[in-house]
Amino acid sequence: MTNLAIAANGLRKSYGDKVVLDGVDLAVPEATIFSLLGPNGAGKTTAVKILSTLISADPGTGGIHIGGHDLAADPQAVRAAIGVTGQFSAVDGLITGEENMLLMADLHHLSRSEGRRVTAELLERFDLTAAAKKPASTYSGGMKRRLDIAMTLVGSPRIIFLDEPTTGLDPRSRHNMWQIIRELVSDGVTVFLTTQYLEEADQLADRIAVLNDGKLVAQGTAEELKRLVTGGHVRLRFTDPAAYQSAALALSEVTRDDEGLTLEIPSGGTQRELRAILDRLDSAGIEADELTVHTPDLDDVFFALTGSTVPNQPNQPNQPNQSTQPTQPKEAVR
Amino acid sequence: MSSLALAVRDSSTMLRRNLLHARRYPSLTLNLLLTPIMLLLLFVYIFGDTMSAGIGGGADRSEYVAFLVPGLLLMTIGSTTIGTAVSVSNDMTEGIIARFRTMAIHRGSVLIGHVVGSVLQAVISVVLVGAVGVAIGFRSTGATALEWIAAFGLLVLFALALTWIAVGMGLVSPNAEAASNNAMPLIFLPLISSTFVPVDAMPGWFQPIAEYQPFTPAIETVRGLLLGTEIGHNGWLAVAWCLALTTLGYFWSKSVFNRDPK
Repeated sequence: MTNLAIAANGLRKSYGDKVVLDGVDLAVPEATIFSLLGPNGAGKTTAVKILSTLISADPGTGGIHIGGHDLAADPQAVRAAIGVTGQFSAVDGLITGEENMLLMADLHHLSRSEGRRVTAELLERFDLTAAAKKPASTYSGGMKRRLDIAMTLVGSPRIIFLDEPTTGLDPRSRHNMWQIIRELVSDGVTVFLTTQYLEEADQLADRIAVLNDGKLVAQGTAEELKRLVTGGHVRLRFTDPAAYQSAALALSEVTRDDEGLTLEIPSGGTQRELRAILDRLDSAGIEADELTVHTPDLDDVFFALTGSTVPNQPNQPNQPNQSTQPTQPKEAVR
Repeated sequence: MSSLALAVRDSSTMLRRNLLHARRYPSLTLNLLLTPIMLLLLFVYIFGDTMSAGIGGGADRSEYVAFLVPGLLLMTIGSTTIGTAVSVSNDMTEGIIARFRTMAIHRGSVLIGHVVGSVLQAVISVVLVGAVGVAIGFRSTGATALEWIAAFGLLVLFALALTWIAVGMGLVSPNAEAASNNAMPLIFLPLISSTFVPVDAMPGWFQPIAEYQPFTPAIETVRGLLLGTEIGHNGWLAVAWCLALTTLGYFWSKSVFNRDPK
């Protein structure tokens, strides 16, 4: 059995009447990437703040162990094991990038020469050498993020928390950040990542947990999560109402959208299934104006589990919920 | 590393950071230094004749300079500590403080760095204002080296006390403007002390307030040490105020800083 880098039982936090985390269990094995996924306000940042010792959990919380240390009993040992890059830039804007790095080296009690070596190395790795002597407040958003992560790496932490590390970055910077995160994990570092980008979780994470309204609504690999929703379907669109009506009659098990004149037929999208649909349309003498095949992706999982409606499809009627998570109110499972 | 060595090392790192800030962005400190220097020049050269007649005994302007300078040295401390409240408040809104809180460093080092940095700035400011005072004619009357050292020591202790109070004010203020407003008493109290006029020249009902607030005993003690006037109970009172404010400011700041950040 692999050791757990992060283990939390029944994480609870509320502010007044507002329950932010309502009993969240987390278990992250060493040297893996764990992604906490959820809509804005789901409690992702609060979870990171508690696990990184920034704020305390509510009394009802069970044990929290980070890197084998009990967070409640020995927070300093936890702090020595972790590195944190929060959602908002944690750099000192008044001093230069290099001075920020040397400050971190001093606080990690590195010797002067070691501090200079690590600083030069990380500035180089994060492509900040040219800007090293400029005040951090003059950096672009992407540069500040890179400096932020570089500062987190100064003490060579074994467990790194990244709270929405690519929010606000352009696509190139985002891919660079992904590369950096992959390199960290290949060196044996454990990464706890929050994100609202499904693609990011899909690309990076070994395991994904979906947080909604302070509760975990699903947990597993990207593949396992995708299996939770039976979102695969074929969509037929018509312009002729008569053709639409007769197609709806000719095909069984359809979901109708009378306003948009579209039909959805549950389907895995295989050649066989498609031929069956087309055969039935042909034999009824109906021709659809458009046919699209839709396979489930993490978007479907996310929308299904977090109860959000699918954007850009306002006419979509509610469908019966087919997910395996019966406690969550859901609508619009595609 | 022992916890004391850790505290010293981390605090000196934080002090270096604060001094770097002060050196890069000296405008706040310099602006705050202007107030006591302007007041000194205003009261000596513009109001000087009337004011010196008011302190009694047929005093002339040079005697009023001597009367004024000790109070303005303490006012300088009040003024520079407003800068402390503002910079602490500014600092707390920065993400880097959250980073410090998640690092295995001495917890109090962030505050200690601010306090030591601010006391150093206050002392430098006091020396500068004192130099202006000497330039316009301030002379001590027969003060011994020991008395000079005692006066300097009291100024440092007073700076430490006000700085801890200002750190607490900065911590509870949501932004720099609020910090600057909350710290107003630090510049207002010297105005109602014996800085500009003797306490017994004030209305009778107000004299106890002026006499026992923190600034007046400290001013009277510095005057006594440098000018040979009567110190009386003011010496003990000044030291007691300093110790009380330091203790209060320290525990207040510590408890606010140790709360969960928003």
